[in-house]
Amino acid sequence: MTAALAADVAVSNAALRRYLHGLPGVDQVGAEGRAAMLSTRSIKAASKQQAIDLAISMVDLTTLEGMDTPGKVRALCAKALRPDPTDPTTPHVAAVCVYGDMAAIARDAVGDALHVAAVATAFPSGRASLAVKLADTRDAVANGADEIDMVIDRGAFLAGRYLDVYDEIVAIKEACGTAHLKVIFETGELRTYDNVRRASYLAMLAGADFIKTSTGKVSPAATLPVTLILLEAVRDWHRQTGQRIGVKPAGGIRTSKDAIRYLVMVNEVCGEAWLTPDLFRFGASSLLNDLLLQRQRMRTGHYSGPDYVTID
Amino acid sequence: MMEGRLDVRKTYKLYIGGAFPRSESGRTYAVTDAKGRFLANASLASRKDARDAVLAARAAQRGWAGATAYNRGQVIYRIAEMLEGRRAQFEAEIESAEGCSARRASAQVDSAIDRWVWYAGWSDKIAQVLGSSNPVSGPYFNFSVPQPTGVVAAIAPQRPSLLGLVSVVAPIIVSGNSCVVVASPECPLPAITLAEVLATSDLPGGVVNILTGAPGEIGPWLASHADVDALDLTGVVDDGVATEMAVAAAETITRVLPPPSSPPDWSADPGLGRISAFVETTTVWHPQGV
Amino acid sequence: MTFEYSPAPESRAVVDIAPHYGLFIDGDFVETIDGTTFKTVNPATEEVLSEITEAGAADVERAVKAARAAYKQTWSKMPGRERAKYLYRIARIIQERSRELAVLETLDNGKPIRESRDVDIPLVAAHFFYHAGWADKIAYAGYGDKPYGVAGQIIPWNFPLLMLAWKVAPALACGNTVVLKPAETTSLTALAFADICRQADLPPGVVNIVTGAGQTGRMVVESPGVDKIAFTGSTEVGKLIQRALAGTRKGLTLELGGKAANIVFDDAPVDEAVEGIVNGIFFNQGHVCCAGSRLLVQESVQDEVLDALKRRLSTLRLGDPLDKNTDIGAIHSAEQRARIDDLVRSGEDEGADRWSAPCSLPDRGFWFAPTLFTGVTQAHRIAREEIFGPVLSVLTFRTPDEAVEKANNTPYGLSAGVWSEKGSRTLWMASRLRAGVIWANTFNRFDPASPFGGYKESGFGREGGRQGLAAYLKQEVV
Repeated sequence: MTAALAADVAVSNAALRRYLHGLPGVDQVGAEGRAAMLSTRSIKAASKQQAIDLAISMVDLTTLEGMDTPGKVRALCAKALRPDPTDPTTPHVAAVCVYGDMAAIARDAVGDALHVAAVATAFPSGRASLAVKLADTRDAVANGADEIDMVIDRGAFLAGRYLDVYDEIVAIKEACGTAHLKVIFETGELRTYDNVRRASYLAMLAGADFIKTSTGKVSPAATLPVTLILLEAVRDWHRQTGQRIGVKPAGGIRTSKDAIRYLVMVNEVCGEAWLTPDLFRFGASSLLNDLLLQRQRMRTGHYSGPDYVTID
Repeated sequence: MMEGRLDVRKTYKLYIGGAFPRSESGRTYAVTDAKGRFLANASLASRKDARDAVLAARAAQRGWAGATAYNRGQVIYRIAEMLEGRRAQFEAEIESAEGCSARRASAQVDSAIDRWVWYAGWSDKIAQVLGSSNPVSGPYFNFSVPQPTGVVAAIAPQRPSLLGLVSVVAPIIVSGNSCVVVASPECPLPAITLAEVLATSDLPGGVVNILTGAPGEIGPWLASHADVDALDLTGVVDDGVATEMAVAAAETITRVLPPPSSPPDWSADPGLGRISAFVETTTVWHPQGV
Repeated sequence: MTFEYSPAPESRAVVDIAPHYGLFIDGDFVETIDGTTFKTVNPATEEVLSEITEAGAADVERAVKAARAAYKQTWSKMPGRERAKYLYRIARIIQERSRELAVLETLDNGKPIRESRDVDIPLVAAHFFYHAGWADKIAYAGYGDKPYGVAGQIIPWNFPLLMLAWKVAPALACGNTVVLKPAETTSLTALAFADICRQADLPPGVVNIVTGAGQTGRMVVESPGVDKIAFTGSTEVGKLIQRALAGTRKGLTLELGGKAANIVFDDAPVDEAVEGIVNGIFFNQGHVCCAGSRLLVQESVQDEVLDALKRRLSTLRLGDPLDKNTDIGAIHSAEQRARIDDLVRSGEDEGADRWSAPCSLPDRGFWFAPTLFTGVTQAHRIAREEIFGPVLSVLTFRTPDEAVEKANNTPYGLSAGVWSEKGSRTLWMASRLRAGVIWANTFNRFDPASPFGGYKESGFGREGGRQGLAAYLKQEVV
């Protein structure tokens, strides 16, 4: 189904453009209103406990800094494996997310227990030749990454060169081999929800396993309405093709309250099938500790403090 | 009357849908001057004439409302021009019908012409004065525009026969309504002559329909007609008829402009009241987003 | 995995409902002279909340006299800037007591707390703020500056306090005093408002509240001491009132029923349109005069829109109105449910296809699952009559002209929705739809600055905005 669709619409830039611009438009005010309404849901008691554990299990615990070192990555991995050393019932996170050169360190630290995600394709700007991006990807995979977070060429996208963006994703997907591909749109640069919807379909058409909002390096990063557009896209794609694509909001999600709002949105837009780390992830770093604090509060019945969770 | 030559008299008929039919009932009534001398046989309109007039008004309304305000203004100004050209005829008819002096008749015609001019100028200002853009708290552009109510049935005042009629009809049609108006039963002749003016201006047929006859007979039929959107009872002198019409109007929530509480000063500045009595406000919300 | 939301009930502890309420006349709660009492119940549980007074003729006359005296002696003499400050005070107290008012509204009406908390009560405060500002600027509105005097106001049960605000705020701003009759099944927030008037030190008699049913309303309408009637409610009662006032010189504005078309074009933003359809008809259980109860969907996207709509309706959460996650609360009364039942049955009998969202209904209280009918034609009763419940009739069209014709083909003309990404067509539609409020790519939005009211049998007069002031200012037409 996907292959047939791709064969139809990815034959020329004009055909691809017709397809993407034929998608229903997004009314900004309406979409933001829907997201705001969903965020008024009140998640209490048992459902909150469940949501916190689910959110922890969906975190791609991330460090993407120029000053990252093997030591920092190892510490991150330890935290990812056992987020709360005081409570062994705490689930582990979904993955660690690092630069490609750190993938080997991470893989060594987590073994087969977690996924290792590496950003590639000249992250975060994506400004490099295809050859460099392919080399970047292959290097990360060779280093042990089983998930690749690529960025799209926003310049090409905004210039309307959709086929170039598509071809690049296809090429990267091929370079990934068996590694899962997450395609980052940097929605803060795409500016409009119409663009976000088109980018979503473009990426799904090109073979993305996950679609992801942002690099975390550009503001605004993930927002509820942007994630709503992504969720609607994967929901409708599934209805069209039978294929389930994952969604990953990244950047700016810091509190348990935020995370629960995202989960409510996943639940009410895509349904329970998407409430799994295989199909929904949070790209975050500080979020994990807030989830842990909340978890401790619910377990002990009193508020915890920042010194009762680890800072790695 | 010139010696040796018999003048050719005019047959006064109704004005419906741009045409001049006789009453379908075949009825007429004798119109006399102020001293009781016979002037003409006017049509005595029936409920079926009223029905036909409402049909004609409905058919014309959408097109008239759809014309640009600029265009409506020019058409109404054209009426003033045509009236000016035939003022002598109106003066004579008013003088005989109302039994007033030539000077007063002339003054009434002046005022009637000026009233058309006043309303002509309103056509493209109504929306600016009665409409608004509304600062709602949210990312919406919100604006209100006046829209014509639709088909308005009016009872014109007895006197002044021409100025009263013009003062009632002009504010109804300037915003894009069409109307069915019952002329002064005592002095219907200037009304039918006005119909000739309307027919030769650029006013589309059916926008104004003029019936002559008994308001007490036709009025209640117009009031209870479900396709009449509003009533102007300005010329209703009988409280019983006014109440009967207002009661009938309630059946379909027809808007009612009641008779004035005291005899109006028709020479005064008309203000906006008559225009705003026959417009609805439509408010449109539209999101502002990218 | 499944993600069930645990119950999240709003606390009832913030409200304090008395076992019995008198009438609010001349600044005090008084016992009835010649009336009786009746019980008010929580539609979600059928629990009796309180005993309310049904005002009799002597009570109504007492209230009208108090309003007249207050008008003559106090309110008409007071400078606008002072009236303004009273309205600002009221607005502030409403904000301060918003949690209490929201819970009270939900208990008495059955609407979800999410709506009373996020829509009704904030709009109530906003209405008083907006009109407070007008009180000393009336001359700038363009309708003269002469109040009617005593305004009799009769309001419905679907937005009890909000409809009170829509009536009372402009009336007081323009310098009238009021006798207000709330709907008999939803008196509690009006009585709480009486207490707010006292907290604001509003002069006695400026606001009088007489509770009761239709008979009490009739007494208000027919009272010779009342100068103006403002009514929101059914078209049927509106006609009776217009008839009753025929030949009198009382002012009248009517805000009546509706059968709004919500028109979805093939280029609509589909996801937001689906939300708008849901909000259009299932907001407040469809107990909304401007509800988008007729969905007119372009044939080419009918299947897509209906699939998405059914999927969305299946996620609506029906149940305890006090639960913060409830989307659909209780039907307001047994009578209203019976009316909905009757019309739904007619829809089935006349051959339309019914679909109801799969949801379990609570054992006690009055409930109705969100329902839609497809295969509806203009001739079906469910396409013509106001159901005032969570029931959507789906019709189709092929061209913009056809959409306009079908939308306008009703004796009503309150509101309409247009969903399209093509601005020029939206404006073209807006100029042709015979409706007082047109929501383009949105639905059921309200704001004190935005005039609201209908064409044709949906009533006349506007509420809100500059235009809304005309309803409370007496103008002589030359």
